[in-house]
Amino acid sequence: MLRFAAVRLLQAIVVLLIMSFLIYGLIGLMPGDPIDLMINADPNVTAADAARLRALYGLDQPIWERYLNWLTAALQGDFGYSRLFSRPVPEVLAPRLLNTLLLLGMSLVLSLMVAIPLGVFAARRPNTATDTAINLACFAGISVPPFWLALLFIILFAVVLGVLPAGGMAPVGGDGGLWERLPYLVMPVATLTLVSIGGYTRFVRAAVMEQLRQDYIRTARAKGVPERSVVWRHALRNAMIPVVTIVALGFGSLFSGALVTESMFAYLGMGKLIYDSILGNDYNIALVGLLLATLMTLAGNLLADLGYAALDPRITFTETRT
Amino acid sequence: MTAWRRFLTHRAAVVSLILLVLLAAAALAAPLIEAALGVDANAVSLLDRFGPPSAANWLGTDELGRDVLVRLLHGGRVSLFVGLAAAVGSAVIGTVIGLAAGFYGGRVDGFLMRLTDGVIALPLLPLLIVLAAVDLGKLGLPAGLAQSDQVSLYRIIVIVALGGWTTVARLVRGAALSVRRREFVRAAVALGASDTRLMLVHILPNVASPIVVATTLSIGNIILLESVLSFLGLGIQPPLPSWGNMLTNAQELIWSAPMLAIYPGLLIFVTVIAFNFVGDGLQDALDPRSGGTRR
Repeated sequence: MLRFAAVRLLQAIVVLLIMSFLIYGLIGLMPGDPIDLMINADPNVTAADAARLRALYGLDQPIWERYLNWLTAALQGDFGYSRLFSRPVPEVLAPRLLNTLLLLGMSLVLSLMVAIPLGVFAARRPNTATDTAINLACFAGISVPPFWLALLFIILFAVVLGVLPAGGMAPVGGDGGLWERLPYLVMPVATLTLVSIGGYTRFVRAAVMEQLRQDYIRTARAKGVPERSVVWRHALRNAMIPVVTIVALGFGSLFSGALVTESMFAYLGMGKLIYDSILGNDYNIALVGLLLATLMTLAGNLLADLGYAALDPRITFTETRT
Repeated sequence: MTAWRRFLTHRAAVVSLILLVLLAAAALAAPLIEAALGVDANAVSLLDRFGPPSAANWLGTDELGRDVLVRLLHGGRVSLFVGLAAAVGSAVIGTVIGLAAGFYGGRVDGFLMRLTDGVIALPLLPLLIVLAAVDLGKLGLPAGLAQSDQVSLYRIIVIVALGGWTTVARLVRGAALSVRRREFVRAAVALGASDTRLMLVHILPNVASPIVVATTLSIGNIILLESVLSFLGLGIQPPLPSWGNMLTNAQELIWSAPMLAIYPGLLIFVTVIAFNFVGDGLQDALDPRSGGTRR
């Protein structure tokens, strides 16, 4: 188990290194470079000056050499400065990351709190009218464009009813405490939750139905275990194994959802920061932000594998890949 | 029961299929409808801004006085085309990778599946945004081509296909692994069939149904992804309308013209849900044993 964890950790680091080079290269392919941005601001710069500046900043070197320079600095904790914020990258990223984790955490807990009971409820009465209705609602949740749902919320609650703020983080002049931020969190959390409930519910339903067909359920029923207990304690516990996996594997898509939601509601999280930094040529932020997002998804995958083993003692990690 | 008759018992899928056919027909007929109503999707008329629905403009006009209905239909052409093309593209990539992994096994399989896992693990949307922002001129494309109007259309198809092939690859690999061990494949090997022939003639037809199902289900996701990217300003570029970029403008106008934000989103929603239902129906029809997922 420990050995398995170590091997996976090593793999994750290799993937992260490869990704950092790929992203570094891709960002180099975006329009313009830092010198172009300096030149735009100053009409007196000549072509010779630009070339001299490029040499000064090392931009005339081949890509892999520049990447190695970046990597050496990054490994020593120097991630450079943000162009848009004029502050060191970690200082800009840290509060944004906390905001995103708050948003994702709240919506994940909420959607599981709805999806698990709903999925079990549907699995117990397959192919009835109730089940069909739940299934329809799930399809609607999966198919709705998140940014459109956000727009509808803004139109309804901010424009027509005027009960919630259309976007932002906290009232101006407040102390920024969680209580003051709550009204600003309602719509982003609701959007993210509604678009993820459907998928989770369908998954819980399928997993519970799969378990209810097993022999041990028939045994439990035959020996007189109350139905409540059969479903919630026997079937659901086993059904949770694939559900945990899908939740952990879903970190990547959850993050994509956060990017859209945060941009719609001007919520100052990581997703919006990455989007703004890509559009605003803030290379250092974009690079580290994207890597952080990748790191979070990789960590989710690793957790899924380890959680799998912890939840199901039948699984051992001798030679895993099938 | 044949697959087609099983499909017909899935009511939501049948309704969705009819709806999609109607939608596609209306989108294809957009130029005809334009002519019949006497409006032009790109004709700007600042005197007719935010016009109410009328005989010529059934859904009214937008912030530049353009007819909303025909712009929606033209947007539908773009969104449906991108959805279908990118779905087929990712299915082709996924099939090739899945077939190779399942057929050759061993190291090839190990490498390809690890690549697949890696792509699945990526935060797709932020990376697609970077890819969409890449300056094609720096990749060595001629400037005239890199800046042409149509390029945003093809660029988004390529980008989405590059990120979307993983599901098909996994399914095809799994199916190919089991088909490869069947007797008729061994017989073909004994008869001296080449690897290519084995894969294309003997294995591919037997893994066709999971490919069809996964591809249909992916169209909905791709249309969603295209609309998000276009909405963020990185997909289809105006003046070419798409449902996503029509919403970009509408977002700034929700206080004055909220209806402009309703229509394009509603069409995306209906199209995506319809493709998902059709995919679900196909899954039940082509693979009756997968009863666990749906009736």
